[in-house]
Parts: sequence; C-alpha cells; structure tokens
Amino acid sequence: MEDVKPQLLKVTIDGIEVEVEPGTTILQAARKIGPSVAPPAMCYYQPLKGSGGKCRACLVRVAAGSAKDPRPMPKLVASCLTAVQDGMIVENETSPQVIDARNGVVEFLLLNHPLDCPVCDQAGECDLQNFAFDHGKATTRYEEERRTFEKKDIGPYVQLHMTRCILCYRCVYTADQITNKRVHGVLGRGDASEISTYIEKAIDNDFSGNVIDVCPVGALTDKTYRFKNRVWFTKPVDAHRDCPTCSGNVTLWYRGDEVIRVTARKNEWSEVTEFICNTCRFETKKTSDWTIEGPTKISRSSVISANKYRADTIKPSFGQRLAAAEYKAIHDERDTSQLAIQQLPPERFAKTLPSAIEPEP
Amino acid sequence: MGIKILTEHIDVPGIETFDVYRKQGGYTAVEKALKTMTPDAIVEEVKKAGVRGRGGAGFPMGMKWSFLAKPEGVPRYLVCNADESEPGTFKDHYLMKMIPHLLIEGMIISSFALGANKSFIYVRGELMYVIHILEKAIAEATAKGFLGKNILGSGYDLELVVQPGGGAYICGEETALLESLEGKRGNPRNKPPFPAVKGLYQCPTVVNNVESIATTAWIVNNGGDAYAAIGIGRSTGTKLISASGHINKPGVYEIELGVPVEDFIYADEWCGGIRPGHKFKALVAGGSSVPILPANLALTLANGEKRLMSYESLSDGGFATGTMLGSGGFIVFDETSCIVRNTWNFCRFYHHESCGQCSPCREGTGWMEKVLHRIEYGHGHQQDIDLLVDVAKKIEGNTICPLGDAAAWPVASAIRHFRDEFQWHIDNPSEATQPGAVYRGEMALV
Repeated sequence: MEDVKPQLLKVTIDGIEVEVEPGTTILQAARKIGPSVAPPAMCYYQPLKGSGGKCRACLVRVAAGSAKDPRPMPKLVASCLTAVQDGMIVENETSPQVIDARNGVVEFLLLNHPLDCPVCDQAGECDLQNFAFDHGKATTRYEEERRTFEKKDIGPYVQLHMTRCILCYRCVYTADQITNKRVHGVLGRGDASEISTYIEKAIDNDFSGNVIDVCPVGALTDKTYRFKNRVWFTKPVDAHRDCPTCSGNVTLWYRGDEVIRVTARKNEWSEVTEFICNTCRFETKKTSDWTIEGPTKISRSSVISANKYRADTIKPSFGQRLAAAEYKAIHDERDTSQLAIQQLPPERFAKTLPSAIEPEP
Repeated sequence: MGIKILTEHIDVPGIETFDVYRKQGGYTAVEKALKTMTPDAIVEEVKKAGVRGRGGAGFPMGMKWSFLAKPEGVPRYLVCNADESEPGTFKDHYLMKMIPHLLIEGMIISSFALGANKSFIYVRGELMYVIHILEKAIAEATAKGFLGKNILGSGYDLELVVQPGGGAYICGEETALLESLEGKRGNPRNKPPFPAVKGLYQCPTVVNNVESIATTAWIVNNGGDAYAAIGIGRSTGTKLISASGHINKPGVYEIELGVPVEDFIYADEWCGGIRPGHKFKALVAGGSSVPILPANLALTLANGEKRLMSYESLSDGGFATGTMLGSGGFIVFDETSCIVRNTWNFCRFYHHESCGQCSPCREGTGWMEKVLHRIEYGHGHQQDIDLLVDVAKKIEGNTICPLGDAAAWPVASAIRHFRDEFQWHIDNPSEATQPGAVYRGEMALV
C-alpha cells in the first residue's frame, strides 16, 4: 500500500507563506515560520489538550478565509484554535486592529495583577512580563482597588499567589491530564473566580509540581526555591538521571555550585514537553544525583541569557545582530524548502538578506 | 386584535392541564406529525415558515435544524433553552407557566423532526415552580401516550428531561448550557465545533429557545406557508414581547412582527402609552444587552419612516441609529430615568454574570462597572467617557461568547446617544448625586 501524503495547505501569515498539514492551527503555522510572527499565547499550551482560547492574546485577523472563499472573517479569531485553510491570509503584527486588541488584552490582564515583579519568583521568565513588554503601556488607566483573595495553603511544595493569576486554566488541564487525580480547579465566577483546591485540600500527587512550570505568571511557584534567588543570576544546565517515575530530563538552575532549583525542560515557546515528577523536582538537588549534559539553550532575548552570550553568536554590530536574529528565526532548525523567501515583503527581505549572504567566519 | 399563535388559548381556565389543552385542539399537531409526516417534511415546513430564533440572535430555525450533522449510530439531542435570564425578558417564563403543554407539544414535534430520542428542557434554577408545572405536564402527557415508548403507535420513542439550571445568566449561552447540562462548570465552549456537529456529550445537538419550539405546533397544523404569510418580510410570524418600564400596561404581548413601535407603545391593545404626565425618553427594545435608543430614534428610522417591531426595522441603521429585536425584552424609560444609573445597573449585571473564562470580559465588565459607578456617584473624571468607549470597544468581538458583546453594547450605545447626560454627571457631581436628580438638559422627549 502506498502512503497517501496529506495535501499540504498554503497559508500566508504577515506576508510570509508557509505550508502546513491539514488540521494545523494558525498559531502552530506561525510558530513554524518563527518567533517574529508567532502570536503570543498566555493560555494555550500545546502539550495540554483542550487548552487555549481563553486569554485572547493570540487574536489575529483573517484577511482571507481560504482560496475557495476569500472573504475575511468578521471578527478577530483566536489563532490557537482556528485551523488553517488552504490559501488563508492571516494578519498578525501587520494589522492595527490586532495590535489594538492585543494592547487591550494586556491591559485587561494587568488590571488586577499586583505588578509585584520585584518580589515575584517568576520575574524574568514570566509570559505576562514578555507580553506586557511587547504590548503594554507604562501607565495604567485603572484607578480602583485591585482584587485580592484569601491566602490558601495548597501543600508543602507549591505556593499559590491567587492575586497574580490570569486564569489561563493551564494548571487545571495539567492536573487533569498529567496527574491521576485533580483536586484543584476554578471556583467562583467572573472576576471573583479563583484557582483553589476542593475545601482547601492540599495537592498531593507525584506530578503536582508541573503546575509550576505551566503557570505563565507567578501564581504557582516552587516553595523550595521561594525567594532564594533571581532567575537571571542563575545558570541553567540540562541534566538527566535515571528516574523510575518520569523521564528524568530536567534543567538544573545553578547559583555557584549549588543547585537551587530543578524544572522540566522548556522548548523555545516555553512549553514543557516532558513533564517531571516531584522527586526529581523537589527532592533531588545534589549535582552528584545528575548527569550533566551541558548549558541550556536560552533565547538571546531572555533576561536569563544576559551577560551569557556565547562567543559564536556575537556579531560586530547591533544592526547585523538584528538581521541575524531575523535570519535565524526563519532558517534555524527548520526545513528551508518550505519557506518561500521571495514572498517576503521588500523591507523584511532587505533585512534578511545581508546576514543570509554573510560569509561564515 | 392581531393573530395569536402561541397565546390564543392562554386565558382558558385550566389550560395548564392536559384535558383542557387537548379540548382546545392541543396535541393534534403531534398526531398529524407522527402519523402523516416524515421528519424531513417537518424540517421543510419549518424552513418555509422562516421562523427565526426567538432567543435573541434571530437565526433562522429551519436552517439551524438543517445544519444538524446526522452520523450513523450517534444519538442526536434537542435541548430547549429555557434559561431565560436577560433583564427585561420574561416571555418564556410566562409561556411555560401558563401553557406548559404547548412547549411539550413543540418538543415532541421538534425532537421527531430531528430524530432525537432524548430531549432536554434546561430551565433556569430560580423558576422552581415552573419546573414543577412542566414535570406535572410531562407526567400527564406520558400517561396519555404522547411521550415515552412508541408514541401513538408510530414506533417513535421520546423521553423528555427537565433540568434545573443553577441560575447563571451565562448558561443561557448555548454551549455553556450544554456544559452545564453535562454537569460541568458553565463555561462557553470555543466554536467551532458548533453544537450541530459536537454538542451535548459530543453528539450533534440543536439548542432552541422555548418560544421557537412552541411555534412548531402551529406550523405543523397550518403549514409553513401560512406562518410565513404572517409578519413582514423576513421577520415572519408572531413574537412575544415582554413589555416593562414606564408604561401603563406592562406585560407579555404577542404581536405580529411588523407592528409600528409607536403603536405598540401607545395603543391600548398593548402597552397603553407612557404613564400619565410623563414623556418617553429612551427604549431598550430587546433585552438589556441590545443598544439603547433615544425616543426619536426608537419611533422613527433615520430616514423618517416609522420604525417597526421586526428584526430588520429595529436593526435599521446599524448600531449608529438602530438596535436589535433580541429576545423581545421591551423596556421603556420616561424622562425621570437616569441613563447613567441604568447603564451602571446593566453593567453591574454583566459584571456579576461574566463566567470569568476569557480575559476581556472577565476584567473589562468589572472595570466598566466601576467607572460607571464612580460617574454615577459623582467621582467621574473628564476622560472617563472616552475610557468607557475604549474599554467597550476592546471587549466587543474579542471574547469567546456573546456575553462580552452584550456587556459592551449597552455602554457604547448609551454614550453614543446620551453623552450629554454622562458629561453632566461628571461636570455637576454635587447636583447629579442628589436623590432623584436627573439630567434635564436638551434631549428628544416624545
């Protein structure tokens, strides 16, 4: 029997054409092109089934629905849930309407957020910080009191800061899909809804620690790492061990010679694909327990990589560095044959070109 | 008197019992449908009738039925949305309470047409006594062989389940209703997939309003063409209007679509005019979520023609000068009503009822309520009006379900048409916060 290859669908996002398999969402198609066109996602988490559609950060404008029916979609759509059609034209950063909506979403998310980044453990690796940096304003138009919640203790390992929560439901899906017993969920309605355990029942499960990694903000943090350090002073190292419960593939966060935190490995979209157990995360903090693989790849735009650029990535001038970043985004680790460079708008093409033809040193 | 389809026999004493309802010609439509018609023929009649969803969106019911996916071996469901919670709308409550068998008859016909063997009536939790009335009526109908196994010897089985809701407004949104019916938190689902493909328990489902389903009995008896002959243009048939506010005769009225708004307010047959000594200031034509209109625009279109009670005429001019028929919650305001306070009140409702799932609605409704509260209580700032417009704009269209739109439209429209009044509240806080103080500046009173 011959393998029937599915017909690839052509979709254009911000003027860049990409071919994807049927059933791919706009967000996944955009991620295939690269970070420069990928919409932000605060609630969507690829490994978690059913996540997405809630934060509205990834709204995009569909300028043409498909080749067959090229009418634009009447409203902005959540790119994390909308499947692409052949010939679809999507406007992400190029549409003022999208930017406007996104500015609105970040404003809404920050309305009741305490903005206590200076004391928050998540600072530096916070999706909301990144999103606000891209789309937020320096001032707020909100004058009223921010909402607060009663403090709840949800067990020895995980600290819940409900005031920071943006209700992305990721931790609920994690508990549903990764652990065998979900005891926490969203209680209440509207802006009074909160993440809570059922009658203050402590979360006690071998995989409960994963809710920390999936949380886009500092609402769920590691109690064993609490207030120990700032993430940009630490050095992440990939390591593994022979763990009977999980894959044992982790990132160790060093301060000097001391492992102060263990997390699951995150990919370039800050998503965990291999969830780890609580024993690896909270109990195994000696270097001797681990086999070190090497430094973790951290995005150069992240504050974690500040002052830690590797020599081979340093370019002589900022402009060239920027160009290289663009170039990397499109070509690095991806199949170049699927991307039509000539489809780029002239200004983007011009930016891409110099580094593309730059001779290797 | 215009033609009455739903409320013709509503004044007959004892109509809530099976025997009286049967004597008035009840359940003849079920007999006709099950014995002489095929399901497809009923769908065809409903399509011909052109009846539009009475729950608010006005989507043609026959078209919705024809979208229902029919995969082999998968059950299909019909769910009746009786979670009527829109402020200003109380027609379904009235219909179910007064003449429950009409809904049951409609449910049998609709379920038969759609091939559903188990159908649900999702009733708002506050209406417990209506649930008891419905359950009693279902028991009567079952005893007489109109429900249960092998109805009237046709081989068709139907079980009707009445499910009380928890009283959340959001559970009137069809996908949130389905979630709630499944026993989950009433959060709206992301669409697509639409309920017609994956609805209740992931099976194809049709969700219809009480009033829409109740019309099917008349359509089966008299034919779709006869129904389409009533009304005006694409707004066919009759509509129950829940009239409230500063009118002489509040209540539920069945009108033929196409009656002029002016007649509806002033005719003795219906609302009987504005209460004595007062003038007509504003109108919410279809429940709290539709845009509010000032008196002059409520009565006439932008081009000077009379505005009619129909889907098209009420929405004439878009949101700039029009509104929507919605669910028929007709609220009339006279000149003693403060639009700012009213808008704040509506907004308070939406803030309380937002499910909290998506960020624009969860945070935005609360923000708008707080800003409106401070304007109403004399702490408004000059930039607040523009702020409200901007927030409303950022909620509208960006949410999972229409609750965000429903919260944004009243605010945006109130500012569009009554900006002076908001400005007056901000400029004269001491005067505006006096008890009973209302803006008396220039405005179009009728």
